Amino acid sequence: MFLTDHKLPLGQVISDFVDWLIMNFSGFFDTISDVLSTIISSTTAALLWFNPLALAVIFVALVYIIQRSISLTLFAAAALLLILNLGYWQETIETLSQVIFATLVCIVIGVPLGIVAAHKRWFYEVLRPILDLMQTVPTFVYLIPTLTLFGLGVVPGLISTVIFAIAAPIRLTCLGIQDVPEELMDAGKAFGCSRWQLLTRIELPHAMPSIGAGITQCIMLSLSMVVIAALVGADGLGKPVVNALNTADIALGFEAGLAIVLLAILLDRVCKQPTARGEK
Amino acid sequence: MSAIRFENVDVIFGKQSKQALELLDKGLGRAEIFKQTGQVLGVENACLEIQKGEICVLMGLSGSGKSSLLRCINGLNTVSRGRLLIEHNGTEVDIANCSSSTLKDMRTSRISMVFQKFALMPWLTVHENVGFGLEMQGRSATERKKIIDEKLELVGLSQWRNSRPSALSGGMQQRVGLARALAMDGDILLMDEPFSALDPLIRQQLQDELLALQSKVNKTIVFVSHDLDEALKLGTNIAIMKDGRIIQHGKPEDIVLNPADEYVRTFVAHTNPLNVLCGYSLMKPLDQCKREGHDVCLDRARDYWLSLGDGHSIKAVRRSGDTLGVQRWVPGEPVETLKRQPTVVDAAIRMRDALEIRYQTGHKLILQQDGRVVGLLGDTELYHALLGKNLEKGHEESEVTPLRAAFSQAG
Repeated sequence: MFLTDHKLPLGQVISDFVDWLIMNFSGFFDTISDVLSTIISSTTAALLWFNPLALAVIFVALVYIIQRSISLTLFAAAALLLILNLGYWQETIETLSQVIFATLVCIVIGVPLGIVAAHKRWFYEVLRPILDLMQTVPTFVYLIPTLTLFGLGVVPGLISTVIFAIAAPIRLTCLGIQDVPEELMDAGKAFGCSRWQLLTRIELPHAMPSIGAGITQCIMLSLSMVVIAALVGADGLGKPVVNALNTADIALGFEAGLAIVLLAILLDRVCKQPTARGEK
Repeated sequence: MSAIRFENVDVIFGKQSKQALELLDKGLGRAEIFKQTGQVLGVENACLEIQKGEICVLMGLSGSGKSSLLRCINGLNTVSRGRLLIEHNGTEVDIANCSSSTLKDMRTSRISMVFQKFALMPWLTVHENVGFGLEMQGRSATERKKIIDEKLELVGLSQWRNSRPSALSGGMQQRVGLARALAMDGDILLMDEPFSALDPLIRQQLQDELLALQSKVNKTIVFVSHDLDEALKLGTNIAIMKDGRIIQHGKPEDIVLNPADEYVRTFVAHTNPLNVLCGYSLMKPLDQCKREGHDVCLDRARDYWLSLGDGHSIKAVRRSGDTLGVQRWVPGEPVETLKRQPTVVDAAIRMRDALEIRYQTGHKLILQQDGRVVGLLGDTELYHALLGKNLEKGHEESEVTPLRAAFSQAG
């Protein structure tokens, strides 16, 4: 049949494109890969330099300072001690630094893109399908090219995580800024704000709760990627899960899974906006 | 030089204002222009002069273009055609065609604004909100604190300085808005329906406060309102707008006494004249009163006469041959202590006072100006004003005889 005989070479085109990238820019990708993995591994090393108990105390203190909640602080202490007890401290710290780093990258790229999207209609229109694509294309599909470009290890995991998680801060930053009441903007203009001042004095403060929600979501999405990151060689809590899957080890899988869940709950609660900000 | 001067200002909302302006020049109306071009005609050919220190109220229903016109003054709306001149250091700046740095200058140093829905920043405290514009002026922290404290004191919110706006009632929030605008120390204050979102009692209270404040600070205020009572109470001058056009501009009394057209007349018919009209416009002028020589008739049926001396001074008031005592009332005096006898008042007396004095004394008021009697004010005039009939002067006194009889019997 004609239709099936003349297959469109879509897959081949993408594959050739990736090959071309490797041929011409492998140095560039290697540098990125080296820089990123150095940053992450040194962050991990720095955190692991501390005595685990001392670090746990610092974390618990931070939780209290940020949220001022006794019950949450107690929960944090219990969760960290349990992780220590189960013997997943190093993996947890590795995952934590990956998540933090991925989130930072998402914020640094995502928030400015969100700001531009909120102001430029056409940019938003272009961006929206791309964001939809990034969130819906199965992770494994772009894991393969990132793997070939950046090699095994933590970097392809990080890139995949960023691709998957960056939509949240972009969308919510954009939403938060579009949501600024017209009257507040008028007030800003009437009192002589420049465009930059309008952004920093009115739009960003108003969008802050929304941006905060975006960042929290971003952290959660990054955490959900740890197992997939482990598949391409990233260290962390994903690794024992993958091992457990390969060896059908129920005990190992459960413990590592529990550690991920505890870390997720902890990060979520800590990042949540304090509710009593006096806003309606 | 007037503080603000609109010269043939047109405002078109939309991107191709040129096209819309051409249609406007061909004499097409709002609806037709919208149908053909999709552009909205906000304001059409507005000419208006606002003097320094006056409160000019732009009055009209929603969609009449009053806010659109106001927002041109600080450039929140763009003037599509015409000139909008604002007095600035002895020269006139055309806001419609000025550089963005001039506009920013005017906004930070000359013109401040109060908004209908307060437009306070919810993430800032009251004190930070008041200081918002001051930061834009680039003032130092100590200077800011001094001005903020002073303005919060002025609006009576000092103890709320560290609260967030959401903790305050609507009236208090608008006071913060007012303090924020006053802190800028520009001499033009734009108020876009500032009291419309408040309940009636608070609204009246804030109107009084605004008037009291204005007597202290003496700004040029442009005030937008859809409420004629508010306009009449606050306005030095009122510009009434309809469908983007200014259809009447004048003093509150002029508007009430001489509505320019049927539209204004309907508005006026529903207002409370008590605060607007004064003795001049209410009274029966002396030359229309019945006279016999030097005696002016107050009430023929009861043989009640006012004898005038030289230069229309008061010689005596007689009733059935007896001479009555005459008392004098000046604004500010209590009305309750007046005796039941004829009262002489200044012709500029407010209608509310006149009505009270008439009720208290049971006699007609004798209106004087510079020591000369200029007219009389009795039941007929007062009732007609209340019923909105004051435009049609010269009614026969006998029309309200039954009522007058009721009054005198009660006395």
